[in-house]
Amino acid sequence: MQVSRVIYKIKWLLKMAWRDSRRNRSRLILFGSSVILGIAALVAVYSLEDNLRRNVDIQAATLIGADLEISGNRPANDTITRLMDSISSVQSHERSFASMIYFPKGNGSRLVQVRALQGPFPYYGILETIPGNAQQSFRNRRAALLDRALMLQYDAMPGDSVQIGEVTFVIEGALLKAPGQTGLSASIAPVVYIPMKYLDQTGLMQKGSRIGYRYYLKFTKAVNTDALVKNIEQRLDANGYNFDTVESEKEDTGRSFRDLTNYLEIVGLIALLLGCIGVASAIHIYVREKIGTIAILRCLGAKSSDAFLIFLIQITCIGIFCSLAGAALGTLIQQFLPYLIQDLIPFKIESSLSWPSITQGIGVGIIISILFALLPLVSVRKISPLNTLRISFQQSRPSRDPVRWLVNVLIVSFVLLFMYMQLHNFMKAIVLLAGILAAFAALIGMAALLMWLVKKFFPASWSYVWRQGLSNLYRPNNQTFLMVMAIGFGTAFICTLFLVQSLLVDRVKFSSSGEQPNIVLFDIQSDQRNELLQIAKQQGLPVRPTVPIVSMRLEQVNDLKSSQVQEDTSREQSMRLFSREYRVTFRDTITPYEKVVEGTWKGKVDPAGTIYISIEKGFASRFNLKLGDTLHFNVQGAMVETVISSFREVEWFRIQANFLVVFPVGVLEEAPQFHVFLTHTPTQEASVKFQQETVKRFPNISIIDLDLVLSTLNDLLDKIAFVIRFIAIFSIITGLVVLVSSIRISRYQRMQENVLLRTLGASGKQVLWITALEYFFLGSMAAAAGIIIAFAASWSLAHFNFESPLNPEFLPVVIIYLSIAAITVITGMLNSRGTLNRPPLEILREEV
Amino acid sequence: MGTILKAQELSKSYKNGGHALTVLDNISFSVEEKLTVSIVGPSGSGKTTLLGLCAGLDRPSSGNVELNNIKLNDLNEDERARVRNQYVGFIFQNFQLMPTLTALENVMVPLELRGEKNIRPIAIALLDKVGLSDRISHYPVQLSGGEQQRVSMARAFSTSPKILFADEPTGNLDEEASKNVVKLLFDLNREAGTTLILVTHNLELAAQTSRVIKLKGGKMVSDQNSVIDAG
Repeated sequence: MQVSRVIYKIKWLLKMAWRDSRRNRSRLILFGSSVILGIAALVAVYSLEDNLRRNVDIQAATLIGADLEISGNRPANDTITRLMDSISSVQSHERSFASMIYFPKGNGSRLVQVRALQGPFPYYGILETIPGNAQQSFRNRRAALLDRALMLQYDAMPGDSVQIGEVTFVIEGALLKAPGQTGLSASIAPVVYIPMKYLDQTGLMQKGSRIGYRYYLKFTKAVNTDALVKNIEQRLDANGYNFDTVESEKEDTGRSFRDLTNYLEIVGLIALLLGCIGVASAIHIYVREKIGTIAILRCLGAKSSDAFLIFLIQITCIGIFCSLAGAALGTLIQQFLPYLIQDLIPFKIESSLSWPSITQGIGVGIIISILFALLPLVSVRKISPLNTLRISFQQSRPSRDPVRWLVNVLIVSFVLLFMYMQLHNFMKAIVLLAGILAAFAALIGMAALLMWLVKKFFPASWSYVWRQGLSNLYRPNNQTFLMVMAIGFGTAFICTLFLVQSLLVDRVKFSSSGEQPNIVLFDIQSDQRNELLQIAKQQGLPVRPTVPIVSMRLEQVNDLKSSQVQEDTSREQSMRLFSREYRVTFRDTITPYEKVVEGTWKGKVDPAGTIYISIEKGFASRFNLKLGDTLHFNVQGAMVETVISSFREVEWFRIQANFLVVFPVGVLEEAPQFHVFLTHTPTQEASVKFQQETVKRFPNISIIDLDLVLSTLNDLLDKIAFVIRFIAIFSIITGLVVLVSSIRISRYQRMQENVLLRTLGASGKQVLWITALEYFFLGSMAAAAGIIIAFAASWSLAHFNFESPLNPEFLPVVIIYLSIAAITVITGMLNSRGTLNRPPLEILREEV
Repeated sequence: MGTILKAQELSKSYKNGGHALTVLDNISFSVEEKLTVSIVGPSGSGKTTLLGLCAGLDRPSSGNVELNNIKLNDLNEDERARVRNQYVGFIFQNFQLMPTLTALENVMVPLELRGEKNIRPIAIALLDKVGLSDRISHYPVQLSGGEQQRVSMARAFSTSPKILFADEPTGNLDEEASKNVVKLLFDLNREAGTTLILVTHNLELAAQTSRVIKLKGGKMVSDQNSVIDAG
């Protein structure tokens, strides 16, 4: 009996929820649209992340093409050779270096990355080539595989010749993809494979040349990679070698796109939070309009929980529907996202449905629909049946309702938990939540301030239209708080996204005009300098002194030795200090683009013989180096003791040779070194002519055409910016939907007032002006408040997170302000347009 | 006949700024079953407030209400709602139909709240009784004022209430519609044997009830049997 009563009750509640939703469905869908967009953004981002992770897992072995890769910048010594032989007899060797290649057919030259290969590498995956068999056949003769883009650029075909150093190779085929290669790296320094046996003949293996040595090993039996790594790590480090396994490659690859996905997650989170605002504000207005219906139900004998459940059912159903729709939209969008970022990823992304992401998105959508609707819904319990007779002025105060407090706590807890899951950092989640709550408080404060100001300084002498529009801001049942919060919050997010984008997608602004260098030559040997400068002078190019570069390693800082750091694996920071190769220069003056910020610059060796060096400020801070610290460098076998005398600030984005460490003159002149030369070519033709002459005369010299590189970099940055903006668009659209729906949903109340005005004799123009003025003040105030909050948030992010100054462009901000105000006014006026041309009663009947 | 409604020393005040506004001051009366009683008085005399207290829609600042021997002060809001569903019918000045429900659905709601089954024929029969059998699937916005009030009456009588509260039932109607509604109200009431408490400022309408309670300034100034009853 009890069960059947419960079932009857449930059926009745469902029936009433359906009945009451008649004539309201478009309104409910409007509130749901903000949920749809928020969930779509979230599902798209989650699915992309999931697909990337899955692809990394599946294709991990093909990322390095072997089970173990050992690399260094010198050939393997006996220790390392024995070590490798003990691990596996199946090995391939590779030597890689930057070099110019020359196409005799088209008389073109280009900087490429030459990889001389010996052995059957890759062991996993293949070198993808056209024709397909070229990846094997090139190994057996004097042939080369060239990157396809390179071949297209120089109109080269299989069978054509290409000169690398002193050797002419036949182009065997076009290389489409090699293990670990991205579209980005291929466009900056395209890869050319040649057989190792011809490397010496090229004459490019000279003293001082920067050669990378790689050894690829394939395990012949099952190996515990972790144990192996522990076993070999120290020995490799001690001998100056690095290693990569499939697992470490997975981690590195994951790390490389984590920043991007983290940002996208945050943008998705923002879209979702905006959706939450949309839900809460829309349901708040919806419930207000239902007071009469709820009072009638209470009169007739419905319990307060019945009324609450009826609307909860409506919102849950809409939440489910909109979450499903959002998940579907997000899944669709996610199919296209990989195309946008493929160039950044070293493997082909196979896109598939990510059911965990879809499920998570739907779950989150339903939760936020219900949770954020609960806040206004709990007030339904307190609606008195007395409202059937008159509006009850003695409704219980919200602050005294414990259920309301419970809902507030639930909402805050959910938002905090969700942020933690996105940001993977509890403190950051708390800070972000605190920021959002502070933004709310600021918006509420500004709304209260607006109302107070209007009341206090009410312009009694102004025309009726102005007075009516202004007084609508503070009259009973006004929407000022709600509108300022919804519009202000949406504006704050939109504006913050714009401001932060410019930080994240901070383009390298190189000047390519005037005399700024746009061509860099390196690997210049000492005995080649004069002749090279002569060539430049003959061709009318600006001749600047070449910059010497000496390679060395750091062995000791004060009392801390490199060997001590290697034994103590907790000193990760220090390991990076000692494990890298330093390329330093020597001079007696600082350049015009450097500034000594601490200490004293000493360009010459001290009479007492102390060698004072200058360190870049940021580098010194990162590794806790101080003025007066003693650094022992190993300059290719010779130990040199130095003392830090100054820190410099370097303009890294200038086209010049910048250095972390600068020696004084009188120390390194006789050390093995190469030189860098920068100059400016006024036209593409002049650049080609200079490059051809140089490559012909000095095949070992590498040339970087900066215009080409910058163009490639800018293309890449455009792609990244597009992806970021594409996802950010969801946040922006959600913000606009929240704005529009908040105004639209209050349509009926507005309409009643406008109809009354028309009944009393107001002209259509007067009604429109009153509406326009009210919404103009609302929209302007809310937009201004949102922009102030956006600046505060962006400054905090710039200062604490990105450690860079905020240099906002004000024009986009002004456009945002005007757009938000305009959208608010236009939407408000669209609400009212129906009252102008039709009889008042007809409008009211249609609306009800 | 037993006492269906008892009001004892009822008072109601509201706080308005720093002052207390007394709307009802020490009202006491009781009503026997099956009687018709009207509460009259000028605007602001407290008629609607008294009706709200008697029907359990509101709580008094002091005093008690007993409805069908149930002390309303002892009940929470949900218990009061159950009492209303069991024993009380309402007719309002502005009809108070649910705009998204048809006429038939509006009439069925009180019965559905009770958990009764096979209620559709009952609701159809009631609508037929009020002359709206051809409008059962129309929404309130498609009905005239008089028709809406008739639907409201059908709803009020659907649960066979013991007591019916009517707040200015003809307040929003023209003369013709008012006459029809009043006739229908009294006919249905007589047929159902319900106690009727009618709030009105219309003395002619009040004269049709058996007892008239007059309020002025929140106080009861008279409580008399009417000429009809006396006659």
